[in-house]
Amino acid sequence: MNQFNRLPLLAICAAIGLSACSVPDEQVEVHDPYEATNRQIHAFNVGLDRALVRPTSNAYGIVVPQPVRTGVSNFANYIDTPRFIVNDLAQGNVGDAGHNLARFVVNTIFGLGILDPATDAGLETRRTGFGETLYVWGAEEGAYIELPVLGSSNERDAVGQIVDFISNPISGTLDGADEAIPPTANVMDRLGQRYEFQGTIDALLYESADSYAQLRNLYLQNRRFELGQGDQGEFDVFDDIYGE
Amino acid sequence: MNRRSVFIGGAAIAAGFAGHGAFAFTDADAKALINRVVADINGIINSGRSEAAMFGQFEQVFRRYADVPNVARATLGRDARSATPAQLSAFAEVFAVYISRKYGRRFREFIGGEIQVISAAPVKRWFEVQTVTRLQGQAPFSVVFRVSDRSGRDLFFDIVIEGISLVRTEQTEIGALLDQNRGDIDAMIQDLRRRS
Repeated sequence: MNQFNRLPLLAICAAIGLSACSVPDEQVEVHDPYEATNRQIHAFNVGLDRALVRPTSNAYGIVVPQPVRTGVSNFANYIDTPRFIVNDLAQGNVGDAGHNLARFVVNTIFGLGILDPATDAGLETRRTGFGETLYVWGAEEGAYIELPVLGSSNERDAVGQIVDFISNPISGTLDGADEAIPPTANVMDRLGQRYEFQGTIDALLYESADSYAQLRNLYLQNRRFELGQGDQGEFDVFDDIYGE
Repeated sequence: MNRRSVFIGGAAIAAGFAGHGAFAFTDADAKALINRVVADINGIINSGRSEAAMFGQFEQVFRRYADVPNVARATLGRDARSATPAQLSAFAEVFAVYISRKYGRRFREFIGGEIQVISAAPVKRWFEVQTVTRLQGQAPFSVVFRVSDRSGRDLFFDIVIEGISLVRTEQTEIGALLDQNRGDIDAMIQDLRRRS
């Protein structure tokens, strides 16, 4: 749907989740009734990043050469593509389903899953997931939540993340130790992105005056942009700027 | 002062309704402005100069093409109303240096890449100029410049990267800094100066 890739810094904010959705009475910019708990989880996540994720991603970035990291990232995207297609269809988006199917075929035949000749042929990646499907079906965003390890989410997307995790069609074709391949590729892809966007992520987590509030702000804006919802809260700001 | 700005705002709207003759700023003007901005940024990131030199150049771009005083004021939110003119101008000065460095650092990561202007269109009461940034080995991403002539000059007042607005990001940042300084604007300005 969206011709651009999602902002990579937010790719670290994916995942598993929650059940009942909390819906505000009216559309608001930030709906965060669980802020106290979220802040505790955020403190944990920042500690985890500092102690483990950042150093590991650094080692990964330094030891593994860039073409190999790109191959891992392509592969992670490749094995997710059947899941994109299923969600495109669930959303009634036949165009994107066809696009992603063509991508999958081209990358299977000419890229062995590791190269991405489809993008060069004009079939760029169009990620989607069950969170977007729920949005298309009319589910509300719900409250903002920060998940342990996985980072920023909201109630709707957290449900989407669980379904995405357990519903990758390709998992049905794997057995035994091979079942670990998709999640492993995913984790490595995230480490690669943590390395690639180290400057941005470090500034966000370690230089912001309030990294919790800033991460929440960035996540909500970017997620609504991905879903094509536009911006809901900014007009007051610009009335302020030009005094109206 | 508020009454005066309401009057000016009202006059601007009236002029807008009066037709394009009175309100001559167009898509093409907005696009031309951002073409100059983008040409400057592309020139800076591919100049091969030092980080310090690049920061100075980014600061010039912001000061020349962006409505820094009004953006700075907007990031203060409600607190702008209780600030004195001297505090507002001191803050705008520090803010210019702060955003030049912060966003200059991000733009520096675009070295070897290119920003390309795609299109411009009126949105709400301003113009949005769509650009796309292409970096090696990465999917292209969207950068939107919001442009207005309501300050009296054609200037951009926001940069939106993949949906993330500079103004709203800095509102959060400055709001948090103000909280940390117990709402003391002078202390917040000092704090921001140290961080830049």
